[in-house]
Amino acid sequence: MAATVTTDSTEVFDKKSWMGGVEPMKVSYGKLMMWFFLLSDTFTFSALLVTYGLIRFSFPAYDPAVHGAFQFSDLYWPIPEKVYNSVPFLHGVDLPLVFVGIMTFILIFSSVTMVLAVEAGHRMDRASVEKYMLWTIIGGFAFLGCQAWEWSHFIHGTDNGRMITDVVTKEVRTIFGANLTENEYGPAAFADLFFFITGFHGTHVFSGVVLNILIFYRTATGLYARRGHYEMVEKVGLYWHFVDLVWVFVFTFFYLV
Amino acid sequence: MATVDTSLVHDAHTHEHDHHEPQSFWRTYVFSEDHKTIAKQYLITGILWAVIGIGMSIIFRLQLGFPKMSMAWLKPILGEWINESNQLDPNFYLALVTMHGTIMVFFVLTAGLSGTFSNFLIPLQVGARDMASGFLNMLSYWFFFVAGVIMFSSLLIETGPAGGGWVVYPPLSALPQANPGSGLGMTLWLVSMALFIVSQLLGGINYITTVINLRTRGMTFSKLPLTIWAFFLTAVLGLISFPVLLSAALLLIFDRSFGTSFYLSEIYINGEALPNVGGSPILFQHLFWFLGHPEVYIVMLPALGITSEIIATNSRKPIFGYRAMIASMLGIAFLAFIVWAHHMFVTGMNPFLGSIFMFLTLIIAVPSAVKAFNYITTLWRGNIRFTPAMLFSIGLVSFFISGGVTGLILGNSALDIQLHDTYFVVAHFHLVMGASSAFGLLAGVYHWFPKMFGRMMNEKLGYIHFWLSFAGIYCVFFPMHYTGIAGFPRRYYAFTSYEWTKTIFTDLNAFISIAAIVSFGAQFLFLFNFFYSLFRGRKATQNPWKSNTLEWTTPIEPGHGNWPGEIPAVYRWPYDYSKPGAADDFIPQTVPYSQTPESNLPHENELIAFEKEIEEAENLNDQFRQPH
Repeated sequence: MAATVTTDSTEVFDKKSWMGGVEPMKVSYGKLMMWFFLLSDTFTFSALLVTYGLIRFSFPAYDPAVHGAFQFSDLYWPIPEKVYNSVPFLHGVDLPLVFVGIMTFILIFSSVTMVLAVEAGHRMDRASVEKYMLWTIIGGFAFLGCQAWEWSHFIHGTDNGRMITDVVTKEVRTIFGANLTENEYGPAAFADLFFFITGFHGTHVFSGVVLNILIFYRTATGLYARRGHYEMVEKVGLYWHFVDLVWVFVFTFFYLV
Repeated sequence: MATVDTSLVHDAHTHEHDHHEPQSFWRTYVFSEDHKTIAKQYLITGILWAVIGIGMSIIFRLQLGFPKMSMAWLKPILGEWINESNQLDPNFYLALVTMHGTIMVFFVLTAGLSGTFSNFLIPLQVGARDMASGFLNMLSYWFFFVAGVIMFSSLLIETGPAGGGWVVYPPLSALPQANPGSGLGMTLWLVSMALFIVSQLLGGINYITTVINLRTRGMTFSKLPLTIWAFFLTAVLGLISFPVLLSAALLLIFDRSFGTSFYLSEIYINGEALPNVGGSPILFQHLFWFLGHPEVYIVMLPALGITSEIIATNSRKPIFGYRAMIASMLGIAFLAFIVWAHHMFVTGMNPFLGSIFMFLTLIIAVPSAVKAFNYITTLWRGNIRFTPAMLFSIGLVSFFISGGVTGLILGNSALDIQLHDTYFVVAHFHLVMGASSAFGLLAGVYHWFPKMFGRMMNEKLGYIHFWLSFAGIYCVFFPMHYTGIAGFPRRYYAFTSYEWTKTIFTDLNAFISIAAIVSFGAQFLFLFNFFYSLFRGRKATQNPWKSNTLEWTTPIEPGHGNWPGEIPAVYRWPYDYSKPGAADDFIPQTVPYSQTPESNLPHENELIAFEKEIEEAENLNDQFRQPH
C-alpha cells in the first residue's frame, strides 16, 4: 500500500501518482490509448516480419560458388541491390538502393518536422504548428509518391524480363516485373511479401497523412488555440513516429538483409 | 499534482451534471456511450450467440450419439442440410463444429464475458464515471455487432458457413475448391473476425486506460478488486495477441483471393497441380496459436476474477492470498505468450523444441494451482452462503481443477502425440476453459444482476439450473476422456472407417448426447429466470450480498455518471470480511480505518495518518470535471 507519501516532485516513481484520483504521471487517457494502440500495432507488424523471416530463410541465399554469376532466379532469394537499383529519369543507370534511401530520408525528415510541430504546440505557437504540420504532410505525400513509383517500377519490370517455366503447364515464357503470382526478380514469395508488407505500411502512412491533414485543419481553424493545448498534435505525432520506426524495420528487412 | 485551476472548473460542473439533458432513444439504448448500457448490449448479444452456439453442438451431438436417427424434423430450420435420407449433410457437420467453436470462443466467452463484465464493472469498481472513451466503447460494441451480423449471414448462404474448424488451418481454408466450407463461408468468417479484432482492440485500450487513469482517490493498484486485475490483464493479453491473428487472417485472405502463397506450397488438389510455391502452412499455425493460446486465458481470466470476488464475498472471508492471486495471474498472463507451440507437437517440430514448449507449458500448472488452492482455502471454514452465484463459482473451481489436471497430460509432448486431436483434448478444454468460464459468466450474471437491472434473480430456479448444468456438463465431458484415450478423433462425422470404432462406445456416445441435451435444456431455465426477473424479479436492495466493493455504494439503479455527487474515496482493500472485532461481517472499501478502531490491525492504524490526505484529495480525473 502506498504508505509513504512524498512531496518530492522530482522523484522518478512518484507513489502519489498511483494513489488514484489523478492520472498517473500526468498522462492523459488519450495519449495512453495511443501508446497501447501502438503496442498492439507493433505486434501486427511483428507478425508480418516474422512471416517474412520464415519464408525468406526457407529459400537459399545467393551463393556465387553454387549459382555462378548473379541473375534473377526462382532458385534463391534475390539480392536487394540488384532489384532496387533504379531512380526516376535515370533509366538504365545502376544505382542500388539510392531511391529507397531518398524515400527513407524523406520519411525520417518528416518525423523531424513533426517533432518541431509538437514543440511549437508546447509553446502555443499556432503559426509554427501550422508550418511544421504542413511540412510533415508534404513529407508524407512525398513518401507515398515515391512508394507509388517504386511499386510501379517493380510491377513493370526490367527491359528484358526473365524466361520462366510455368510450374503447372511447363510452358516457357518471358515475364516482366512482378505481381502476386509471378515475379521476374525471383521467387513469387519475394514479391508477395514486398507488396503485402510495404503496402500495409503504406496504408499506415496514408492514414497518418489523413490524420495530419485533420490536425493541420484544426490548428488552422484555431480549435487547439481555443482549447488551450495542442495535445492532439502530440498524439498524432506518436503515431507518425511509430510509422517511421516501422519503416526502418521494413527497410532493414527488405533492402538491407 | 495537477493544475490548480481545475477546482474552479469543478464548481461549474457539479451543477452541470445534475441536469444532463435527457438523450434520445437512439442515444440512450442503441448508440449509447454509457458503459452500463454497453455492458448489457454485450450480455444480451452474448446470450443470443450462446443459444445459437450451444444449439449447434446439440445438432452434431445428435449425429454422434444417434448416427442413424432421422433428422427430418430439423428440415424446417436446416433445409437442404438434411439430405434425402434424412441424415445430416457431412459438410454441414464440419460447418457446425467450426461455427460452434468460433461462436463459443470468440462471441460468447470473449465478447460476451469480457465485454459484459469489463464494461460493467471496471468503472463501477475503480470508481469512475464511465469508461475513458465512451465513444470508442460504443464503436467497440458496434464493430462486434457487425462482425456478428456477417458471421450470422454466413449461416444462411448456399455453401454454408466456414467448415475448416475454428482454427481455420490452411491449406484447407485457403483453397475454396477444397470443400464447401472453404468457399464464401470462409471469406465471411475472415472478414467477420477482422472486424471482431478491431472491436477487441477498441474495447481493450479502453479497459486498460480506464484502470490506469480513472481510479478514484485512494484506489491504488493494491486495493483493486481481483476482478479488475483479471479484466486488466485480459485486456493486455487481447491487445497483444489479437493483432497477430489479424495479420494471419489478412495473409490468409490474400492467399484465398489474390493468388499469393504465404501459406501454400507444392499442392495438388483433385489431381490438379497448383502453381503456389514457397509458403508454409505451419507458419499459419504459429501465428494462429500465438493468439490462440493467450485466447484461452482471455476467456479464463475474467471468469477467475469474477470467481475470486464471489467466493470471497459469499464465504464471508478475505480472499486467501490476495497478492499471490495477482502474482499468479501475472504469471499466467506472461506464460500465455510462450507456450503456443504445445498445440503443434505433431507438426513435425524438432523434438527438442517440443520439450522446451512442454517445459514452459507445465510451469503454468504452478500459478494455476496457486489459484485453485487459494479458492479452496478461501472457502475453508468460511461462513458460506450458497447463493446461485456462489454455486457456479464453486462449480468453476471444480471444472478448472478437473480440466486442468488433464492439461498436464496433454502438455506432455510424448503423451500428446497419442492424444492429439482426440476427444481427450475436447474433454480437456471444454472443462478447463469452456465450462468453467461459462460458469464464471453465469456466476457473474447471478451476482451482478441486482446491480445491472435493480432486481434479484429467482434463487430456486438458480439452484435447479446449477445442479442440472453441473451434473450435465460432467456427464458430457467425463466420458469423452475415455473415448479420447481409445483413439476417437474429434471433428469426425461418423466413426465408420474402422471396425473397432463401429462397435465400441456407441452407448457412451449416446449417453454423452443425452447429457448434452439435458445441460442445454437447463440453460432455458436460466433464460426464463433472466427475462422473468428482468421485469418481475424481487426489487433489489442497495447491497444485497453485503459486499465491500464500490459498485454497491451507487444507487440501486445507477444513472449516468454512476454516483450522484462526489465519487467516494477508497481507504482499504476490498476483502475485509468477518474481520475480528468488527461490528459487521463486512467493511466496505469506503470506510476509513479511523472509523473502525475496534478491528484495525497495527499496520492499519498507521495508515490512519494518511486518510486525511485521501479524504481531502480531489478526484482530478473525474470525467464530469473535464471540459467535454
